[in-house]
Amino acid sequence: MRALDKKLLRDFRRLWAQALAIALVLACGVAILLTTYGMYGALEDTRTAYYERNRFADVFGDANRVPRGVLQDITAIDGVRTAEARVVKHVILDVPGRIETVTGRILSLPENGVAQLNLPLMRQGRLPDPTRADEVVVNAPFAKANNLQPGDQFFANLNGQKRELTLTGTALSPEFIYTIGPGALLPDNKTFGILWMPERAVSAAFDMEGAFNNVTLKLDPSAIEAEVIDRLDDLLDPYGGLGAYGRDIQVSNSFIDAEIAEQRNGSMILPPIFYGISAFLVSMVIGRIIALERSEIGLLKAVGYSDVEICIHYLMLACLIAVLGTLLGWGVGTWLSRAVARIYARFFDFPYLVYRVSYDAYAISGILAVLSAALGAAKSALSAARIAPAVAMAPPAPPRFKRTLLDRVMTVLRLSQPVMMILRSIVRWPVRSALTTLGLSLAAAVLVASSFFSDALDVLMQTTFDQANRQDATLMFSPDVRETALTAVANLPGVLKAEGQQFHAAVLRHGHLEKDTPIEARRPGTDLSRIVNGRGRIVDAPADGILLSERLATHLEVQPGDVIQIELKGGRNETHDVIVSGIVTQYFGLGAYMDLESLNRLLRQAPQITTANLLVDTNQLPDLHRVLKDTPELSGLVMLNEMRRSFQDTIRQNITIMTSIYVVIAVLITFGVAYNGARIQLSERARELASLRILGFTRAEVSFILMGETMLLAVLAQPLGWLLGAGIASALSKGSTSDLYAIPLVLEPSGFARASLIVLGAALLSSLIVRRRLDRLDLIQVMKTRE
Amino acid sequence: MPDIVFRTEGVTKVYDTGELKVHALAGVDLELFAGELAVLLGPSGSGKSTLLNILGGLDHATDGRVWFRDLELTKLGDRGLTQYRRDHVGFVFQFYNLVPSLTARENVQLVTDVAVNPMRPEEALEQVGLTARMDHFPAELSGGEQQRVAIARAIAKRPEVLLCDEPTGALDSKTGVQVLEALKDINERLGTTTAVITHNASIRKMAHRVIYFQDGRIARVDVNEHQISPSEISW
Ligand SMILES: Nc1ncnc2c1ncn2[C@@H]1O[C@H](COP(=O)(O)OP(=O)(O)OP(=O)(O)O)[C@@H](O)[C@H]1O
Ligand SMILES: [Mg+2]
Repeated sequence: MRALDKKLLRDFRRLWAQALAIALVLACGVAILLTTYGMYGALEDTRTAYYERNRFADVFGDANRVPRGVLQDITAIDGVRTAEARVVKHVILDVPGRIETVTGRILSLPENGVAQLNLPLMRQGRLPDPTRADEVVVNAPFAKANNLQPGDQFFANLNGQKRELTLTGTALSPEFIYTIGPGALLPDNKTFGILWMPERAVSAAFDMEGAFNNVTLKLDPSAIEAEVIDRLDDLLDPYGGLGAYGRDIQVSNSFIDAEIAEQRNGSMILPPIFYGISAFLVSMVIGRIIALERSEIGLLKAVGYSDVEICIHYLMLACLIAVLGTLLGWGVGTWLSRAVARIYARFFDFPYLVYRVSYDAYAISGILAVLSAALGAAKSALSAARIAPAVAMAPPAPPRFKRTLLDRVMTVLRLSQPVMMILRSIVRWPVRSALTTLGLSLAAAVLVASSFFSDALDVLMQTTFDQANRQDATLMFSPDVRETALTAVANLPGVLKAEGQQFHAAVLRHGHLEKDTPIEARRPGTDLSRIVNGRGRIVDAPADGILLSERLATHLEVQPGDVIQIELKGGRNETHDVIVSGIVTQYFGLGAYMDLESLNRLLRQAPQITTANLLVDTNQLPDLHRVLKDTPELSGLVMLNEMRRSFQDTIRQNITIMTSIYVVIAVLITFGVAYNGARIQLSERARELASLRILGFTRAEVSFILMGETMLLAVLAQPLGWLLGAGIASALSKGSTSDLYAIPLVLEPSGFARASLIVLGAALLSSLIVRRRLDRLDLIQVMKTRE
Repeated sequence: MPDIVFRTEGVTKVYDTGELKVHALAGVDLELFAGELAVLLGPSGSGKSTLLNILGGLDHATDGRVWFRDLELTKLGDRGLTQYRRDHVGFVFQFYNLVPSLTARENVQLVTDVAVNPMRPEEALEQVGLTARMDHFPAELSGGEQQRVAIARAIAKRPEVLLCDEPTGALDSKTGVQVLEALKDINERLGTTTAVITHNASIRKMAHRVIYFQDGRIARVDVNEHQISPSEISW
């Protein structure tokens, strides 16, 4: 091995603590990039392949009852390659051994048994015999959650008739990668399942012979989706069309879209911060080393090493740090990817193993690490190459301190000598001081942003569950039932209170702007499901007019007092003008609210309800379930208590994991910045501090000078960190706003305090570690060595 | 006619420090001959180091011309000078300039790694009598030993010229003599042209020629008919 390489390795070993501090920050960047970019790629690739192979549809449409013949017209729409009609219904299932009522979504399989679009992928057993009325295939996760094997039997309430069905097999489908039941907040395979059943059997059971209520389309690559959707709407509207839509609104796909977007954003926001901080730390450390090794560099040049060789020598040192960081990052990232993959496996049902992080992700994260370290070292390494060999022979001139305004101010303020030393040094390296402050403030910002998430979700869950939706259970009817049915519901076993609510599919229009969203209608003064405006004020929809959520109003560009058109889908499809009577802040859903009477007046019918919200005596739950399993009009039942609990548990767990990760990240950043900063000050000031010790300053006084600068910068970093953190939080809050939900911008003082405590604590600890070196400083040795 | 190794013609060096210009060299004409041991004497600031740096290719002259045999150094760029240093020159400095993280042997190896026809590092260290301390780090060596490692490092590439800037400046008389003996020995056995800057006038007696500097110029040159051995010198 060349002597220069030996020097490289020994330098690296001597610098291990500083190198490790940097490598850890870099490792965060590598690990997060590896995980997010890797998962982004894995999800995207797998989804694409799965959609391709199993022919996931491009456009979806639902209606009440469409005659078979219309399918030809649909197929004839310009740009449609394939159209497939199905009968889709929600039913109540009675699974042996399960007390709770289970909701199932039945999909018809075409007469010949082979679906053309959204092909179910068989996992077990076989497809049902097209001629049999009692054979079904269910989605594999549902079978697993309910311990069902091919050959097992369970009951389904098909349009009022309880039937015994035999399971012939299990399947997965590109339509249900994320399988979430109606009214549910999270997938629950125990209480929601997908059933594939021969068309003949479904049609017969639901009186849908010669008709369909669901159609899915595959388009030509050249087709314009929006136009096809419009044409499909035109064809379905006469039959109670509920509004056609593309993949972007298809439930399962939109959840995966959101996840993919999150991973992609994740790979673009956080890693650059880490790579940037690492580059800064590398430049600080290498810069200092080169300042210390001027005479060695001169010597190397004198004996004939070229500029390029010297430049490379110092770049290699940076690269070794990068390699260490990359290896650590790959290790942690691989582990993290596995953890994320396990979470995905819980929520997403993909048929094949996708959770393989591509070599690309490893290569990109590693190359970027090396590049950022090299970039950080570049300026210093080039300056090393530029050192004239003769100049390097002479010791460096003592740094020039100019008398500045600051000095005059300090003299006037009668600051003590140590304080002046600290302030002068900060002013003398303004870029370094500024970047150190920025680095520490980013650590604080990361923490502020993470506690924002936790606080915001608290507010969100509190308003949604404790104030807006206080029912224990929700019964869902299909189709809507008369409001008078509530009397019967109230008489069910264990039901303490029952309130009705109607959801009606609608298109809201204002000028050229429009939005598909159901209108929610209730009687004024309902007690269980209520409209909560922002944090806590309960409001009722007015007798006339419509209340809109803030996001919906923004989308439609309307103010209270404006008039909008509402097209009520699923029946006569009439359009009415309605006045916007108010705007409310809502976190979940898009929210458009009307009074039950006035909505049904527009529909020209007696008040009807889609759901009944219940307060239930838990002791009588088994009885309630038993009765409900035999109730004809019921299409589903959501036990909100259980769902609330599992939703909160899931969110809490995720937040705990996230918060811990962010705390680790912030501590690593702080450590990387503060430790290296203090080490470099120690290196620069060793002689100065040793002289002070010899002059009789105490250890405490001397370490005050050393730690003072780091801690002062750390304190200065806090307000900036709060500001940056609030900025990140606000960006996250805005960025997370979708039609599904909005995350309120909640910034609690405790969040800021916690962030600052952690960062200041970690900074103090880092400089205390360096202080121990100062305590061990050999005074004579320091004074003797030439610098 | 003796073989000329270095020749300079009207070499000047001006340092521009902003407010005032320092004329470190104000026209130096000098020849150094193959195999000779020349001592450069002169008051502080008279330009000795400046000239040595220019001869060694560490620095550029402001004006004038410098030849190393047929090679005109004043025409070379940085790259050419690096090559020239690599192939022909050995340096010894007052502060040794050893790399602290490398052992004696490795410090020498630093040079043999890039030289064309070097000795083995062990051989070079043997020449200066340091075989026993080869695997010691600089911090574990005395000043004289460190300077001898520096000399071993300078001669390991079998340079044609050895340029020494106050090699004994940081040493006491006894260790200084050991270093001078090493230099003398190499000069005699290998025939290496050697130039030694010193403030110690007694060292001049071991040289073939003594070159006196004054205000950036050569004041005079003395030729010693007899050279005494370093062991007879003390200070
Ligand atoms: N880098 C520089 N910038 C400005 N002036 C310089 C520089 N290097 C040397 N000088 C000046 O050039 C003159 C000659 O310096 P040089 O180092 O050659 O003297 P010297 O004879 O070696 O002195 P000493 O015996 O003290 O080492 C001095 O006046 C010195 O101040
Ligand atoms: Mg000198």
